[in-house]
Amino acid sequence: MEAVRFENVKYSYRGDEAFAVNGVSLSIEEGQFVAVLGRNGSGKSTLAKLINALLEPTSGRVTVFGMDTLDAKKTFEIRKSAGMVFQNPDNQTVASVVEDDIAFGPENIGVPREEIGRRIEFALDAVGMQAFRKATPSRLSGGQKQRVAIAGVLAILPRILILDESTAMLDPKGRREVMEVVKKLNREQKMTVLLITHFMDEALEAERAVVMHRGEVVMDGAPEEIFARSDELESYNLTLPRAAAVCKRLQREGMPVGNAFTAEELAEVLCASLQRG
Amino acid sequence: MLNDVTFGQYYPAKSFVHNMDARAKIVFVIAYIVAIFLADNFYAMAAVVLFLALAVLFSRVPFGRVLRSVKMILFVIVFTAVLNLFFSSVGEDAHVIWEWGILSLSWESIVNMIFLALRLFLLVMGTAVLTLTTTPVELTDGIESLLTPLKWVRFPVHELALIMSIALRFIPTLVDETNRIISAQKARGADFETGGLIRRAKAMIPVLIPLLVSAFRRAEELGDAMDARCYSGSKGRTKYKKLVFTWRDLVGLFVLAALITGVALLNHYLGGKFDILAYFF
Repeated sequence: MEAVRFENVKYSYRGDEAFAVNGVSLSIEEGQFVAVLGRNGSGKSTLAKLINALLEPTSGRVTVFGMDTLDAKKTFEIRKSAGMVFQNPDNQTVASVVEDDIAFGPENIGVPREEIGRRIEFALDAVGMQAFRKATPSRLSGGQKQRVAIAGVLAILPRILILDESTAMLDPKGRREVMEVVKKLNREQKMTVLLITHFMDEALEAERAVVMHRGEVVMDGAPEEIFARSDELESYNLTLPRAAAVCKRLQREGMPVGNAFTAEELAEVLCASLQRG
Repeated sequence: MLNDVTFGQYYPAKSFVHNMDARAKIVFVIAYIVAIFLADNFYAMAAVVLFLALAVLFSRVPFGRVLRSVKMILFVIVFTAVLNLFFSSVGEDAHVIWEWGILSLSWESIVNMIFLALRLFLLVMGTAVLTLTTTPVELTDGIESLLTPLKWVRFPVHELALIMSIALRFIPTLVDETNRIISAQKARGADFETGGLIRRAKAMIPVLIPLLVSAFRRAEELGDAMDARCYSGSKGRTKYKKLVFTWRDLVGLFVLAALITGVALLNHYLGGKFDILAYFF
């Protein structure tokens, strides 16, 4: 089933010709893990906010499971099915106790009390934070705070999880924690994931990567496919994942190595090349 | 610099007082404050002290921990007590010890000072027991529930409670941020430690402006995050934590009634606060 659909969507913050999103058409299937890449100001965060009706398109149409985001009667349903995690973990918790914060979403949509308890259980389980049920968010680490934020969204039982640069403010350990949780949700719950990021290595975890530049979708395909077109990628001011960049430089210097994207793959192609040479 | 802010100073423990209904506790504190100001002789005051001692005992919060909250406003207590000592007018037949212009010291003003200091002390101690045994969430839920009748006159009770709980939640975040900004400004050579009061107050401007700007940015992001989590006001909203009135609250209610009646009776039968002076003169 089609989860999200953009039809020639344009959006301008000031209502003039400066379009932050400029004529995007995109379709995302349910269960897909999509990474949206782009440098600052490429319109990738705007794209995310258009999905759960935080922003309304200036022209064009955005639909979530067939519901139009311009239809005010559907706003609630859309936000229920497309949960969103933001960049700064400190600015999205409302309560001073973890379980109360997770309860906030279900309370808003009028879930009965006993069911909220079960959902808190489920959400904490999904992000591996059961031990922190009664903890204070401000005392947790960045990665833990962001996992609590994800749990807060999961308690609404969304079918799409949008992460708007949710790893940008985290240290490498926190980033890994969050990515593990997201991958698990996609794999086990068949959750549709839209990961907005400027870390190229994170995009490798996705099955599809979309590159945005000046409000337009300029590349769309499997991450490996995208990273193989490195010159094009560089013209949009994006870099290759670390391992791929190393391969490319070696190739340029005349070493016969294959393409690699992760550290493990890099080790393999290097070994293969050395054995041959 | 700001690490000793003990707002929302919850002390986690399992006790009789912790398990009481937040609404009951709020009502208790209000009644207790009334009792403090009602007590007009040393016997009645002793009854209030006894009540406070019982409350601390049954809360299982270490006495020193409760006392610490008084430390913060010790200056205020001493200041008002001293002012009261020299400036209070106690009437014509006061037993004056010393007089100079508008300043005067009498046995009556000493009694007044003792009462004032004692009242402030008991006031802070009593409210500290409340905040030490009640989480901020319970507290705001309690206030929301107690103010429910105001909904009939369209007073935004739910919104008020939410604003309070978000404010409580953001205190540690903003304290961290303030410390970060102070460090950043110090690194650029800002001086917060020297100079007179006005100079030091002026030095805080480069801290307050970035703090204010970032607070607005945070508010905007929080608004988006709340929208994304389907927040749409109190309509159709359920509550996960429910306040329940139990036998504990009933027991407390009887103790409270006894306190108020006791204070009123002691006031009535054992004279005013100045009667004690009759022993000396």
